Amino acid sequence: MADRATLEEAVRLQGERVRGLKQQKAGAELIEEEVAKLLKLKAQLGPDEGKQKFVLKTPKGTRDYNPRQMAVREKVFDVIISCFKRHGAEVIDTPVFELKETLTGKYGEDSKLIYDLKDQGGELLALRYDLTVPFARYLAMNKLTNIKRYHIAKVYRRDNPAMTRGRYREFYQCDFDIAGQFDPMIPDAECLKIICEILSALQLGDFLIKVNDRRILDGMFNVCGVPDSKFRTICSSVDKLDKMSWENVKNEMVEEKGLASEVADHIGAYVKQHGGVSLVEQLLQDPKLSQNKQALEGLGDLKLLFEYLTLFGIAEKASEEKVRTTETQVLVAAAQKKLLEERLKLVAELWDRGIKAELLYKKNPKLLTQLQYCEETGIPLVAIIGEQELKDGVIKLRCVASREEVDVRKENLVEEIRKRTSQYPATIC
Amino acid sequence: MADRATLEEAVRLQGERVRGLKQQKAGAELIEEEVAKLLKLKAQLGPDEGKQKFVLKTPKETLTGKYGEDSKLIYDLKDQGGELLALRYDLTVPFARYLAMNKLTNIKRYHIAKVYRRDNPAMTRGRYREFYQCDFDIAGQFDPMIPDAECLKIICEILSALQLGDFLIKVNDRRILDGMFNVCGVPDSKFRTICSSVDKLDKMSWENVKNEMVEEKGLASEVADHIGAYVKQHGGVSLVEQLLQDPKLSQNKQALEGLGDLKLLFEYLTLFGIAEKISFDLSLARGLDYYTGVIYEAVLLQSPTQQGEEALGVGSVAAGGRYDGLVGMFDPKGRKVPCVGLSIGVERIFSIVEQRMEASEEKVRTTETQVLVAAAQKKLLEERLKLVAELWDRGIKAELLYKKNPKLLTQLQYCEETGIPLVAIIGEQELKDGVIKLRCVASREEVDVRKENLVEEIRKRTSQYCIC
Repeated sequence: MADRATLEEAVRLQGERVRGLKQQKAGAELIEEEVAKLLKLKAQLGPDEGKQKFVLKTPKGTRDYNPRQMAVREKVFDVIISCFKRHGAEVIDTPVFELKETLTGKYGEDSKLIYDLKDQGGELLALRYDLTVPFARYLAMNKLTNIKRYHIAKVYRRDNPAMTRGRYREFYQCDFDIAGQFDPMIPDAECLKIICEILSALQLGDFLIKVNDRRILDGMFNVCGVPDSKFRTICSSVDKLDKMSWENVKNEMVEEKGLASEVADHIGAYVKQHGGVSLVEQLLQDPKLSQNKQALEGLGDLKLLFEYLTLFGIAEKASEEKVRTTETQVLVAAAQKKLLEERLKLVAELWDRGIKAELLYKKNPKLLTQLQYCEETGIPLVAIIGEQELKDGVIKLRCVASREEVDVRKENLVEEIRKRTSQYPATIC
Repeated sequence: MADRATLEEAVRLQGERVRGLKQQKAGAELIEEEVAKLLKLKAQLGPDEGKQKFVLKTPKETLTGKYGEDSKLIYDLKDQGGELLALRYDLTVPFARYLAMNKLTNIKRYHIAKVYRRDNPAMTRGRYREFYQCDFDIAGQFDPMIPDAECLKIICEILSALQLGDFLIKVNDRRILDGMFNVCGVPDSKFRTICSSVDKLDKMSWENVKNEMVEEKGLASEVADHIGAYVKQHGGVSLVEQLLQDPKLSQNKQALEGLGDLKLLFEYLTLFGIAEKISFDLSLARGLDYYTGVIYEAVLLQSPTQQGEEALGVGSVAAGGRYDGLVGMFDPKGRKVPCVGLSIGVERIFSIVEQRMEASEEKVRTTETQVLVAAAQKKLLEERLKLVAELWDRGIKAELLYKKNPKLLTQLQYCEETGIPLVAIIGEQELKDGVIKLRCVASREEVDVRKENLVEEIRKRTSQYCIC
């Protein structure tokens, strides 16, 4: 109907208006008004959702993981989890949604990015935004006073997704936390050690871990003359120094946030500095900073931290692997027709002995087809059943890479397969 | 304000009314009415949460057509002005969507992830609103019944390896069911609803199921009796042969197809060595709408805490079947990709295993730490930090206490509490001698180990299952 078409067009336009306003970061009230208008329009469209064309896609900001991506992911998680376990961490899991009240008031400005669940007459729920608030809720609920735990799970943020830059609305977080009252800086040092171990093991190239302390920052702002009320906002400007030049950051602090130019210059003198433990020593001698109690605490802890980090050192690890999406060791194949029965029996025997094996789901596949399947999927061995071999009580074991074949007695087959697939990396046969 | 308090009370009472109606499984329209009233009341409470003054009717999800009656259990996300979203109800529909989107014609994949259902949770029976599903599916056009047989083989391997006791896999076929209903005289329009009654035979007696079919669903009593004669039957491949000879069933094309495939399936299952675990059971009628061929369900034969009880009502630990039409529903051109798969009921299995562990008082470790780096005297933190880092760098799972000068006893106790089997004790004298005392927590035996041999010793002692 013409009316419906007009309505659909109105919905589309209003939807774009809302998106535009959000991108321009227009005022919250204005956005709400326009969203309400959009919802009204949609409501008028009526309940025939079925009449709408079905669009085949994943929700905005999300994606499927295909087998190749999963294989990479599994390897990365293996490295990370091994490291966490090596350091004696337990693992927990929490529900993907929390009571809305648990998440309220914890994320400041970011609260508008939380995915709410529809009110369907029960508890008000929202999808978790990170793993830290759930962790705190878990500790409080169980009255725990200390735990060392890791938690790997997806979190949800209604952000502006930039999928090419790896910025999604649903994404993994990989957290490790030590909760409890301990002697200073030992657990802190272990966290840094873990980061080093993981980044080294993942072979991402050279890396650097920047360290600072909230108390040093606050002390520094204090001695530079930043008004208490501006601490957090000046802090977020300073944080941009890894993306913006000092001139631009200073400009933001002075022009946009109303900081005195002199004060900004004092900050500038400090924040340009970086170094090792010698910088800590130097700042401990700084006439102004050393008068500031907070800064002294922070500097003292950093000094202790550097001592422990020196004792910990950093190690190199190397591993090189080909990306397969399955772990199959051998394909059970047949050289001639009418050997399905024998293939089925043999593959079941291999499975029962814990061998990772496959067969093609065809009654009479060609040998070439079976060999090609192995090459495509990276299966290293083929166990070929043939009529003559059956009479002789042997099976031809073929190495896919080298194409060499050897007759193996049936009772020795499992042993042979294990031997040939145990050497690592996958240069076998 | 008094007005607000009254309003809040009204919201609370209305909320309880809604919950009550849902529990009694009142009519869908009545529930919707009362929910709408609730939302209106909440909206009146004020603008903080209730800016949503518009009571949208639950949109008909594209998922709705896939889940039949269960679609009311889907968790919707709030309409925040963008795409309308809902949490996944299972892993099968997302799989079909994935296949269609990527235009895949074949894949063998597993997927383990959580799914969400606004069910009536029964946490003691392992029934949650958020729970793991553990799916394995083979998609693609292949020669008949080979992948289907592999699915059953996999269920057997998993249930055996988990050591849950004896189990049985019931097998049936959608076409046999439909053919059976047809020859018994069930009107086409009642097929699905009669199917769901028959499915309850594992929890209810035949009398009650017949009563539901006749009294509640308006089936002729005679027809119900005919159904009864069939659904009481179960057996091996001989039952398949018998039904192939059944005068009525053998006239039904669908039933014949199903029976033929089951016969082939049993041949392959025999070759796989699992035929004796399989029972062809005519009362098996799985709930979901999308099965098109063979269906199966695995049940444990003995509830671990209730010995001697019949297999009735134990609940299944794995299930699945063939669903050839689902991907076609997503593909814009309606291209079909046949699929067969299985799902392992891990939550039930978790409950069973947890119960067992509690009963046996077995100590479960929550970490894999092999050795605690400890000190016998004070002021040895530096040495502990250095040694633990060396062990980590060699891949040994090690810990130390986060105390500068912990007492030896405290360190030993920590090992006993957390199950760490070894302690590497640094001492002043040992440092001079270039050795470390390696102590076995269980036996309390200590041995001096040269520093350069420590990693080797730790590996040796923790590789055997019973250490020291």
